Amino acid sequence: MTPKVPPVMTEATFVLVLALLLLAPLAIAGVALINTGLGRSRSTAQALLGNLAIVAVAAIAFALVGATFAGPMGSAGHVFHLSGKAWNWLGTGPLFLSGLGSVSAQAQLGLLFEFLAVALACLIPWGSGADRLRLTAGCALAAVLAAIVFPLLAHWVWAGGWLSQLGVNFSLGSGFLDPAGAGTIHVLGGLSALAVVWVAGPRRGKFPQGGFATAMPGHNAVYILFGCLLALAGWLAFNVAGAVLWAQAPLSVLPVTVIDTLLSASGALAATFAVTRFRFGKPDASLCANGWLAGLVASSACAATVSPVQALVIGIVAGIITPLLVEVLELAVSIDDPSGAITVHAAGGLWGLIAAGIFAPQAGQLIAQLVGIAALLGLILPLAYLLFWIVNRFVPFRVDPDGERIGMDLHELGGGAYPEFVIHRDDSYR
Amino acid sequence: MKFAGLLVMPAGFFLSIAALVLFPASNAAARGAFVFCGLAVEALGLVVAVRGHMEAQGKSHQ
Repeated sequence: MTPKVPPVMTEATFVLVLALLLLAPLAIAGVALINTGLGRSRSTAQALLGNLAIVAVAAIAFALVGATFAGPMGSAGHVFHLSGKAWNWLGTGPLFLSGLGSVSAQAQLGLLFEFLAVALACLIPWGSGADRLRLTAGCALAAVLAAIVFPLLAHWVWAGGWLSQLGVNFSLGSGFLDPAGAGTIHVLGGLSALAVVWVAGPRRGKFPQGGFATAMPGHNAVYILFGCLLALAGWLAFNVAGAVLWAQAPLSVLPVTVIDTLLSASGALAATFAVTRFRFGKPDASLCANGWLAGLVASSACAATVSPVQALVIGIVAGIITPLLVEVLELAVSIDDPSGAITVHAAGGLWGLIAAGIFAPQAGQLIAQLVGIAALLGLILPLAYLLFWIVNRFVPFRVDPDGERIGMDLHELGGGAYPEFVIHRDDSYR
Repeated sequence: MKFAGLLVMPAGFFLSIAALVLFPASNAAARGAFVFCGLAVEALGLVVAVRGHMEAQGKSHQ
């Protein structure tokens, strides 16, 4: 099969995308702050250090192994033939990033995008394992995600793999559309979060026998809400850079992409604000933050392809789903997800991918999106769970009960983030 | 039970892929219905896995 070669990028576009990718780490900073703020005060330093360590491990694992499997943009890859069609399922990049200087400038930008994407994807499950996941476990799961799982998806979606070729091979619109990583980053992160929660179990005292789930609110609303603002800047950069790199969007589309991203987040915040105001009598700050983030996540799939009104509708739906699903997962399904990552990233990302299909003008686009979702749910979730289950045998995810009681800061680091604060006894351990 | 649910999920994926291989582009309705069926099987697997998680959680409280 002849690999799809992207059109040559002008120098001005190259500079624009590079500048945007230098802003994209703000999304990582925002998610890190939200993860930390939604955890407990006695685990703050461990949570933030974990975020840094995970970004570092993810970058190293992706450089050493993952980038090879992801393969550079337009490379041939490993292909098998079925029913007369070529299925490009694995990349064939050089080992250890060798010869990076000789690939095209556009392929280098694509690789930089993937480095930032893998760091963000690996951070997502860390927030769900807050207050009980050991630092080494966080690093181990980041290594597994960055070396094995993320590269598979990145190749399928961005580097000419079988999902991106659905349009050419099976006349399904433009193939699976995910220019800024709603599936590749967020659904992957959200499903990994579900796998982590299944492997690690809930925080002690979260689901007392015969009682309701114990409320364990986030400790710092400032971190959470400021994280949302930082995330907006990073998301704008991700969405615009992704549109140029992976969807070959012309420059004239980029301002609309920015407006769509903002409108999706705004619609989601307004909807979550209204739902929580209606449900609880007052708007809930942390759920509103989750709603905002879910709007951003949904926009990752479709900000470059929908109209502003459609983006607003997509955001509103994401904002309605978010608080309701958070409640269902905690109260009805006994899933302890402190950061709400399963709802925000997995459900928000899935909705964005479906919306990209619903609002696309091309015939068959919705089916292409559904096939991509089938791959995410049917292959990536079981694979992530299996890998985490194996890793947990060698690097136990969960801290011992004493560590959970005194807090992860004291147990793992020997000191807290707020040394002048009095740490109160936790009633759930009586 | 959780493992059983997670094993069902890839079956749903292969059903979705089978839709692309078996039905031509001109038969979009049948193709779409088959893909939906694949997703429904995945959803079923997910429900079984979630039920397994809830059962395991209940046992750990006893």
